[in-house]
Amino acid sequence: MLKAFSHYVTYSLLKLDNGTRLSGAVEFFIYDTIKIFLLLSVIIFVVSVIRSFFPPERTKRILSHKREFIGNILAALLGIVTPFCSCSAVPLFIGFVEAGVPLGVTFSFLISSPMVNEVAVVLLWGLFGWKIALIYLGTGLLVAILAGMIIGKLKLEKWVEEYVYTIKSLGMAAEGARQTFRDRLLYARANTREILQKVWLYVFIAIGIGGFIHGYAPDDFLARYAGNNNPFAVPLAVAIGVPLYSNAAGVIPIVYALMEKGMSIGTVLAFMMAVTALSLPEMIILRKVIKIPLLVVFVSIMTVTIIAVGYLFNAII
Amino acid sequence: MEIKVLGPGCANCHKMEELARQAVKELGAAADVVKITDIGQIAMHGILSTPGLIVNGKIKHSGKPLPTLEKVKEMIKSEA
Repeated sequence: MLKAFSHYVTYSLLKLDNGTRLSGAVEFFIYDTIKIFLLLSVIIFVVSVIRSFFPPERTKRILSHKREFIGNILAALLGIVTPFCSCSAVPLFIGFVEAGVPLGVTFSFLISSPMVNEVAVVLLWGLFGWKIALIYLGTGLLVAILAGMIIGKLKLEKWVEEYVYTIKSLGMAAEGARQTFRDRLLYARANTREILQKVWLYVFIAIGIGGFIHGYAPDDFLARYAGNNNPFAVPLAVAIGVPLYSNAAGVIPIVYALMEKGMSIGTVLAFMMAVTALSLPEMIILRKVIKIPLLVVFVSIMTVTIIAVGYLFNAII
Repeated sequence: MEIKVLGPGCANCHKMEELARQAVKELGAAADVVKITDIGQIAMHGILSTPGLIVNGKIKHSGKPLPTLEKVKEMIKSEA
């Protein structure tokens, strides 16, 4: 039905000639735009409803005093559904530590939350298919679990700023636990609207790249330099991605362009993870609660794991 | 009545403060609106995602999206 609609708009309403490069691009653009915005709206709404059951306070209670491994897995999974923005990283970190969430488990959450979320998964699904979306979801969780476990095993609590341990909660009870289902739906609507407002422009740019640059630049342009046969492509992509800062939606247009021009999938996924999970502003924020050695360890472990994921997928796909 | 708005200074935290002040004005409530920006203080109050709103020592809201003006009024009225 969507295909028929985009066909109708392109050839009957806009009266473009069939079979030209332009008409093909326009049809593709209309079809993809509608498809992706439908997907985004529905899935963000559903995830927002789930999200209303997992405010950070509840996640904190679930994770407190959890054993490692189980705790890391739970933290990575909860990172998908717990609303979180990097501006809240510091109070969240302190709150977690104060509630007895192990350091490594806290990191699993902090890694998974910005990297693995519904916006990233939907955009990958809509633009590249469900397989790549699932691969990203799975490996993102794996990176968060592994990196958190390693940080936990290294026993780095001494590199957390001392004042973090001295903060004692005033024990204020959060109200509003008795949400009705209508409240949750209203929350989901507000949340969906807010996220769409934030990402729509990036989505248009991504689809625009797909629709119009598609076919204009040589497809193997990047393949020659960053394809499967270049062993340095993955570390290079990660090195470029680490200092860059963007949310999942913002990086999608770049990812789309890279894929279109022949960069291999593992390299692209590694780049996307590096951009969303590690960034200069986030490190500056985290520096308020952890000392430089732990920051260095964190960034190194993440970099190595992300590079490993990149190689893995270049090898098997 | 004491109303605390907690946030390190992001755009949404400013909006939250405006909402709280607007609500107090429209209700004609006798309340002080205090802004807390210190991260340690915010964490101490049990706020995990900013901005937070505390009325008379009870956490009424935390995180995004922000509540509507009507909601904020209700939160304040319930403590009056």
